[in-house]
Amino acid sequence: MITGAQAIVRALEAEQVTTVFGYPGAAIMPFYDALLDSSVKHVLTRHEQGAAHAASGYARSSGRTGVCIATSGPGATNLITGIATAYMDSIPLVAITGQVVSSLIGSDSFQEADITGACSPFTKHTYLVRRAEDLPRIVREAFYIASSGRQGPVLIDIPQDVQTAFCPVPGPAEPDLPGYRPALKPDVAALDQLADRLVQAKRPILCAGGGVISAGASDALRRLAEQLDLPVVTTLMGIGVLPAGHSHYLGTLGSHGVFAANYALHQADLVVLAGARVGNRAMGSAAEIARHAQIIHIDIDPAEIGKNITTDLAIVGDIHLALDGLLDRRIAIRHADWLAQVQTIRDDAEFDAFTESPSSVVHPPTLLHLIGEACPPDTILTTEVGQNQIWAANFFPVRQPRTFISSGGMGTMGYGLPAALGAKVAFPDRTVLAVSGDGSLQMSLQELGTIRQEKAAVKIVLLNNSRLGMVHEMQSLKYKRYSQVFLEENPDFEYLALAYGFGYACLSSNDQIRTAVDAMLADPRPYLLECIVSPQEPTLYPRKKGSA
Amino acid sequence: MNQHLLSVLVNNHPGLLSKVSGLFSRRGFNIESLAVGVCEKPGCSRMTIVVNGDERVVDQVMKQLDKLIDVLEIERLPTEEAVQRELILVKVRADIRQRQDVIQIAEIFRARIVDVAALGLTLELTGTDDKLSALISLLEPYGIEQIMRTGLVAVRRF
Repeated sequence: MITGAQAIVRALEAEQVTTVFGYPGAAIMPFYDALLDSSVKHVLTRHEQGAAHAASGYARSSGRTGVCIATSGPGATNLITGIATAYMDSIPLVAITGQVVSSLIGSDSFQEADITGACSPFTKHTYLVRRAEDLPRIVREAFYIASSGRQGPVLIDIPQDVQTAFCPVPGPAEPDLPGYRPALKPDVAALDQLADRLVQAKRPILCAGGGVISAGASDALRRLAEQLDLPVVTTLMGIGVLPAGHSHYLGTLGSHGVFAANYALHQADLVVLAGARVGNRAMGSAAEIARHAQIIHIDIDPAEIGKNITTDLAIVGDIHLALDGLLDRRIAIRHADWLAQVQTIRDDAEFDAFTESPSSVVHPPTLLHLIGEACPPDTILTTEVGQNQIWAANFFPVRQPRTFISSGGMGTMGYGLPAALGAKVAFPDRTVLAVSGDGSLQMSLQELGTIRQEKAAVKIVLLNNSRLGMVHEMQSLKYKRYSQVFLEENPDFEYLALAYGFGYACLSSNDQIRTAVDAMLADPRPYLLECIVSPQEPTLYPRKKGSA
Repeated sequence: MNQHLLSVLVNNHPGLLSKVSGLFSRRGFNIESLAVGVCEKPGCSRMTIVVNGDERVVDQVMKQLDKLIDVLEIERLPTEEAVQRELILVKVRADIRQRQDVIQIAEIFRARIVDVAALGLTLELTGTDDKLSALISLLEPYGIEQIMRTGLVAVRRF
């Protein structure tokens, strides 16, 4: 016989989990004790939300299911933002929470919260475990659900007495999920139809979302684009599907995307949406686009078909299989003229944003561009949410899938720093940059301690404009006055860096960028590069704006 | 706005009902009624859900329900292919002078009288929405104390 807590640890080992992120507390203590006898590495974050975000960064960079752990009550509720963030971006995550002993559930006992109830809107599934002997099957099911179909978070809530109860030593566990049948094989007839339409179309375009990256289908998509000379645009979540600078890649869509991408989308007569859910930030005028173009939607989640855009042809299933199916059909047409047309627009608009800026500040587009030149191609970059995110998305040259990590759907400030920690733990030998603003950095500041303890040499690129830049920019455009956006009494970030044992430098002009970046990359420690940015620096550049 | 009839087989788990009802509220689906009870499959319940909305809405409702792992089967029942019933209990005020009138109405509708007291009667009636509504409107002049309806239950015809 073993305890429930031991059964959880063994089940995690059976899932080949090597690293988990968490924070202990009373109701999860039996698990933490059992963890001592395991080779599973535990990263102790400074806040449970950091554990969920770090597990998410780990999952997004590695493609493996992230695991975060918290105690009952406040520990569990602190995970919620991280779980919801992962849910919106379809990131595979298993969250394990302790719960008060079964007999006390419902009595409002100390540190009790209905976490399965609270999380059901943001999870693929939740479990409240009643018997220790169910644990091996439940853990197996949770990992299976989280990592299959449209990926996402699963929560397992385990009362303390279930962790201490004895159960038989488990054999191999099998999921028992008659109600869960993720779609896999795309319909052959639908693929034939899509192949026909790609031949007939005059101005077809591929729009890739995060689903292409989750499916590991970036390479297949690139080959299809090259085979047919299809221009490719991505959503924020799709950044990395094609390497920056690829001849067929036009850039990111949306209100803060690049002109050429939005322009091409509006000119297209056939839009193939691949693993993109047509969120309002990416395609605000979905109805208008659907009026002048045929919409083909490839998605693994049938509920996405027709949800945000009217679809002419739906292909439900694994995107990798769908793209392979299209490649196998050896469609013999090239849309070279149309591609050349949009390439010209892209190349004309390029570097619009690279204008002269005063010598006392750093110009973010230039900074991100130059950091990109200095960093190896497998560099992982995380962002926070706000102006830093938009500059990073548009100007840092992302060269591989799973190297651009940003809270796309939820837009969670405080995500980037713990996500960078998670990515660095997954890939200790790769450069991991955390691009952040002075607002969002301070939302997860406590994780500097985790980074220090883990000796995870994350490189923070802080774009400091002493305000909540994105809200400031929006207020300037919309209200012409400012409300609660000034962070004038920011901490001295140099002292902060020193307090946590980080390397530090401050940049206040463009001509020092390359030297400072090289010094940061050469430093073996975690590093904070503070860059003074003009508060007037916009993300929406004054030029012919592509509205999408 | 059309009404659509869904028959949904679910795992009989605690919290399942809140997952289903939570889904309806957070996605803004307009639900007319939901009836649930255990069924012929051990460990399972069957729900009859009446949804208001156009084709797009009912399509989304079915797809989103299908994403719930404890939802095992979803069947859309076209009205003409479904046997539909609803049960109602009506507490109607009727003193000794009015009692005969109420009993007469009950007989016309083949409603059962399940409780009699000095102050009034409780009637039970099973049927379609039209029939139940007709009974209610005839009883209203006497003073209705309370109405309890089960919500529509339906099965597909053989």
